Amino acid sequence: MTPVPAPSPGAASVSARGWGWRHAGRRAFAARHLDLEIRPGERVLLLGASGAGKSTVLHGLAGLLGSQDEGEQEGELLLDGVRPADARGRAGLVLQDPETQVVLARVGDEVAFAAENLAVPREQIWQRVHRALDDVGLDLPLDHPTGALSGGQKQRLALAAVLAMEPGLLLLDEPTANLDPDGVLEVRDAVVRVLDRTGATLVVVEHRVAVWADVVDRVIVLDAAGGVLADGAPGVVLVQEGTRARLADAGVWIPGRQPFVGGPVPDGGGDVLLSAQALAVARTKRGPAAVEDLAVDVRAGQALSITGPNGAGKSTAALTLGCLLRPRAGRLDALPGLAGAAGSDPFRWRSPQLVQRIGTVFQEPEHQFLTPSVAEELEFGPRRVGGTADPRRTGELAERLRLTHLLRANPFTLSGGEKRRLSVATMLATAPRILILDEPTFGQDALTWAELVTLLRELIDAGVAVVSVTHDADFIAALGGATLHVSGGAGRLVAS
Amino acid sequence: MSGDYLTPALTGATLLRANPVSKLFAAVVITLALLASIDWVSAAVVLACELVLLPLLGISVLGLARRIWPLLVAALLGAYGTALLAEKTGGVLLDVGPFLFTEGSVAAGIAVGLRGLALALPGIYILLTTDPTDLADALAQKLHLPHRFVLGALASLRLVGLLVEQWEMLGLARHARGIGSDGSPVARVRNLLGQSFGLIVQAIRRATRLATAMEARGFGGGTRTWARTSTFSALDVGVAGVGLVIASGATTAAVLAGTWNFILS
Repeated sequence: MTPVPAPSPGAASVSARGWGWRHAGRRAFAARHLDLEIRPGERVLLLGASGAGKSTVLHGLAGLLGSQDEGEQEGELLLDGVRPADARGRAGLVLQDPETQVVLARVGDEVAFAAENLAVPREQIWQRVHRALDDVGLDLPLDHPTGALSGGQKQRLALAAVLAMEPGLLLLDEPTANLDPDGVLEVRDAVVRVLDRTGATLVVVEHRVAVWADVVDRVIVLDAAGGVLADGAPGVVLVQEGTRARLADAGVWIPGRQPFVGGPVPDGGGDVLLSAQALAVARTKRGPAAVEDLAVDVRAGQALSITGPNGAGKSTAALTLGCLLRPRAGRLDALPGLAGAAGSDPFRWRSPQLVQRIGTVFQEPEHQFLTPSVAEELEFGPRRVGGTADPRRTGELAERLRLTHLLRANPFTLSGGEKRRLSVATMLATAPRILILDEPTFGQDALTWAELVTLLRELIDAGVAVVSVTHDADFIAALGGATLHVSGGAGRLVAS
Repeated sequence: MSGDYLTPALTGATLLRANPVSKLFAAVVITLALLASIDWVSAAVVLACELVLLPLLGISVLGLARRIWPLLVAALLGAYGTALLAEKTGGVLLDVGPFLFTEGSVAAGIAVGLRGLALALPGIYILLTTDPTDLADALAQKLHLPHRFVLGALASLRLVGLLVEQWEMLGLARHARGIGSDGSPVARVRNLLGQSFGLIVQAIRRATRLATAMEARGFGGGTRTWARTSTFSALDVGVAGVGLVIASGATTAAVLAGTWNFILS
């Protein structure tokens, strides 16, 4: 734990009294019965189960919840004693997805944007831009294109963009959930540097407690039923056995506590299903190859994890192994155990033949939803293959992935964890021999994570080959098998 | 793969340094002069001037032709169609079956082709040499258009580039679910419609998130300042002046040549 610096005159205080918010069109309150006092300069980690209203609290403090037609408010939520909407620029919010926060084309303009919106005089804007970029450690020319940044750099840019407002309250909504391990530390350290200089108040929401436990001085746990479950120093809240158990039940990642996963680590492996030799993979027909000279076998009943830094071409390699992208060069052969009657060249298979052999789960589950209900999603693949879907099999699948109560729901209305389970289930519906997953554990809470690992272990035991693109060392260790490390345009197999 | 709509295509161009407003002004006066009269002299003068000014773009005639070849094809087709269908006056040049070209119809065809190109080039010059961020600055600061509208349009321009990327990703994601580009023509059309709907859903979600991120940075308030000043320089006087000279020169040449044909007379 770092010593608490003296609160700077600019640091903001937060006060919630019986506060609650219900989004228009929803029956349940997203957050309710909240009573809180946060002093200027405090550094708070906000925890709670999925759906406990953590993001709603942050949006409320950022003044983004809007007027009565956007929802219903109870009690009051105050920033420096006034409504957040009346304190424009006092709170700065950084969101989870680095890709959806970039507004402008050049780094300097991006940082200047917020200061312009607050009507800061021009000569001061560029001073603020330089200081903000300095604070987050982005040493780039001001006209550097924002599209060319890595995920970690984009998140630091988003942080700098918010710092240009000189906010008294910094709000971070799972800022590192989508980053590789280097990116996570990059962003965390930048935040600490900024707080040490400005003394601003911090409220950060994050599943992965270990990242922030050492830099905050207070942990607040929201109760999914409303109100506060626990509140205190990290050394108390995260150590007390009672709260630890409740946090674990809520899906929070607690340092020193592995989520419970059923079954042993799979070992061994069967026949080769798919074999790549001197394979070069590329996103486009003409652009540069992402990875060259790959040699790897995908085996039945074995996991293959593809690792490496952001942007190294892991996803491109996985999409090629999934027979969705054509290889730039080299060979990718389906062996008889996989090909059956369809022939050894997977790129000659028709779509229904492909889904019976290889299932690919994309990082964004929504990209693959095709129908208006969960039940139809599960029946879609079998119908494509055989014309009809066996209701008993679909029922079993829904049962196994805890989707039975959601069969009539629209896939787009599900929670993040449910969407992930559904996207895996739709691929399993056609019983493929190979299952490919792109970053399956990004931003998942500990419960969803454990469920997913248990399921994948069962699949591996049943002879399915599971190929995952992942940064998650715990996940790789839990699945065993082989690891392909991709970086600098080359891939090599690492012994596990 | 992703279309980059946020940086101008030609980084070495002299016109890049001119203010977008002066470029727009020159383009508008030239267009007005061309629209005022249907004749080949004014069109030829404008087109000749535009080609003489090509060095301002920093590329060769061939380089320009490679970028705008569909326009050249369209101009040729327009000229051919007009020559074939226009009123047949003057001496007969060619008469083979249904194909009858006369001096009058060929002149009309040439006029249409030249005008098409002459009208299109100013827009192309602006497109190739203007940074959208500079354009937004100029529109808001010099023409005093509402900043919410201008910056909203600028931010959405970036999303247009991302749509190309999202379309390809959606195609792969759907292929993985068993919907491929194989199947009957009807199935393909249905697939295309489905993918388009998916793209719209994704685009709306993306735009909503971006709007939240912008609002979180104080966007949408009443007053705002500008970090970049949109300025006029001697180059802009030149650009606007050359635009006026081309427009008036073309009109004068057409009147003197006796081909001036005012559209409203």
